[in-house]
Amino acid sequence: MALITQRVDVPVIVDESKCLEKCTACIEVCPLDVLAKNPETGKAYMKYDECWFCLPCEKECPTNAITVQIPFLLR
Amino acid sequence: MNTQWMKTDVLIVGGGTAGTMAAIKAKQANPQGDVLILEKANIRRSGAIAMGMDGVNTAVIPGNSTPEQYVREITISNDGILNQKAVYQTGKLGFEVIQELESWGVKFQKDAQGEYDLKQVHRVGKYVLPMPEGKDLKQILTRQVKRHKARVTNRVMATRVLVKDGRAIGAVGFDVRNGDFVVIQAKAVVLCTGASGRLGLPASGYLYGTYENPTNAGDGYSMAYHAGAELTNIECFQINPLIKDYNGPACAYVASPFGAYTANAEGNRFISCDYWSGQMMLEVWKELNSGKGPVQLKMTHLDEDTIAEIETILWANERPSRGRFHEGRGENYRTHGVEMNISEIGLCSGHSASGVWVNEKAETTMPGLYAAGDMASVPHNYMIGAFVFGRLAGTNAVDYIADLEHIEPDAEFLEAEKTRIYAPMTRPNGVPHTQIEYKLRRLVNDYLQPPKVDNKMKIGLRNFERYQETLDLMGARDPHELMRCMEVHFIRDCAEMAARASLYRKESRWGLYHYRVEYPEKNNEEWFCHVNLKKDSSGEMFLFKRPVEPYIVDVDIETEVYDVAVR
Ligand SMILES: Cc1cc2nc3c(=O)[nH]c(=O)nc-3n(C[C@H](O)[C@H](O)[C@H](O)COP(=O)(O)OP(=O)(O)OC[C@H]3O[C@@H](n4cnc5c(N)ncnc54)[C@H](O)[C@@H]3O)c2cc1C
Ligand code: SF4
Ligand code: SF4
Repeated sequence: MALITQRVDVPVIVDESKCLEKCTACIEVCPLDVLAKNPETGKAYMKYDECWFCLPCEKECPTNAITVQIPFLLR
Repeated sequence: MNTQWMKTDVLIVGGGTAGTMAAIKAKQANPQGDVLILEKANIRRSGAIAMGMDGVNTAVIPGNSTPEQYVREITISNDGILNQKAVYQTGKLGFEVIQELESWGVKFQKDAQGEYDLKQVHRVGKYVLPMPEGKDLKQILTRQVKRHKARVTNRVMATRVLVKDGRAIGAVGFDVRNGDFVVIQAKAVVLCTGASGRLGLPASGYLYGTYENPTNAGDGYSMAYHAGAELTNIECFQINPLIKDYNGPACAYVASPFGAYTANAEGNRFISCDYWSGQMMLEVWKELNSGKGPVQLKMTHLDEDTIAEIETILWANERPSRGRFHEGRGENYRTHGVEMNISEIGLCSGHSASGVWVNEKAETTMPGLYAAGDMASVPHNYMIGAFVFGRLAGTNAVDYIADLEHIEPDAEFLEAEKTRIYAPMTRPNGVPHTQIEYKLRRLVNDYLQPPKVDNKMKIGLRNFERYQETLDLMGARDPHELMRCMEVHFIRDCAEMAARASLYRKESRWGLYHYRVEYPEKNNEEWFCHVNLKKDSSGEMFLFKRPVEPYIVDVDIETEVYDVAVR
């Protein structure tokens, strides 16, 4: 199989200046398990574009670092 | 790869609405017994009620309605095909569930006199109890699970039920973060994995832009099937009228008691009742095909205070991103109707009737295997029905295991299942699950979306059978991708069941849910029965008629026919 990597616009945006290195709240609550920490920066990011735009991540973030947009295809 | 072995008395697969309640009730029934919830996500925010609910859709509250009235209402809405004894349980036990939830801190709407403020959304009775402050439902349940000392293992996905000597003896699966193989031995297993919510492809093309929480991919339908249990009413699809593109509830159940209604483009009503039924969906379909669409949920005639109140409910609960969706389009309930569309198909007894066959004790046809919630066959059961059947499953499972010991699972089966699960990891350059899933679900739309056409469904079925080989092309690079790959296996199984059951029932019933072009009429003489299916001894899918259980509440289904068309 030959594969390429394509760019996609992802719905979840993390404001890195607000994201706490020791926190994993958003990652723990996401029902689709699509958020992760960037090992280099310690900041959360959307690793997989598989989002139900349900908002637990945004709601449970202690610093309001997360913004969930409606996924582009539905927006 | 590591293997984790666990042992428990009652294993609950899926810690959503039904699952958390099943665990609590099993612990209440026997505090000394060990109860384990296995959850693919994290029970704090998983499943349909991750962000709470707008309201209880099926509340039978003394003084407002009776279980008998409720059974009659659902019998007529579901065209007579149901096990009334099971539906009766929801009517009888729902009130206790509501009271218990209230004692745990869940808030339900009350009127000035402090009475439950029920609304009429169904055709006849008042069963809708608003929960404008329902957003923390799941955290409250999680707290109770901990308080009752039920154990929880999050982020482990079950893939198969373990069966030996004709009974369920545990489950297998894997950790979706570290990839460990997980084997759980149990004396009884309760499946509560929700709907088959990723069956059809949403019109937006976004795989996860579904009505149901997309973690619910039909896992329990498929696992129960492979365990040897019977499934029923699979041809009675779930098809909902939803906000176009957003694909979530608009939500008429909330807004119609305030005076909102479903209308065509001219603003005229074409249905007299907004309760979701197959016949109502058929009217929506006809309206859209008559050139009078698009169909809208109309609120523009309501006053400012009413609209503001509706917004507060709809934008804080259940699907709170509705507000930002409308905002993004520059639309507003004051100035625009909400454009509605017909959803892709799914399987869900919570809204229609498809599921693993259960009786009024939440028992499946396999000893030791229980099912509850959207995947168990109690029609129109919604959230309270999930709680009631979770409760029945938890309590009855504890009774069942009283004199039972654990049984060792079959080593050969475990090895084979391990190989099946991890196969995509051996092909990191295989076809990504996203493409495999997209094509499968697009085929579901092409061949199964009603109106159902004989030849199309046959082509669909051939495609789904052949798709077994396509699944073998799928590649995964980490345990997360592996989870999505195994979900595609479940989706394929559900697609095949949906095609076969639809072909088997040679009549039309449940409005759009099973509208067959070749057999456009309802035929009670031949088809007043369930269509059940199971895996036979040779591993083939076997379909058969199962008689409807004798009614306990009299309904003359020949004369009392559901019809909400405005003519
Ligand atoms: C958008 C929406 C709005 C609704 N509105 C209302 C309403 O207003 N009123 C009402 O009464 N009802 C409503 N319903 C219906 C109601 O929410 C459901 O009927 C009910 O919550 C279903 O409960 P459940 O336990 O079957 O599923 P869920 O609560 O979804 O739980 C299923 C659980 O199983 C887990 N799981 C799935 N597969 C696996 C696996 N393989 N291994 C381990 N775990 C797994 C999931 O992560 C999830 O936690 C709504 C449903 C939706 C989707
Ligand atoms: S909106 Fe929901 S699915 Fe999307 S990242 Fe947040 S929690 Fe996960
Ligand atoms: S919850 Fe907020 S602070 Fe915590 S990891 Fe996520 S984005 Fe960072």
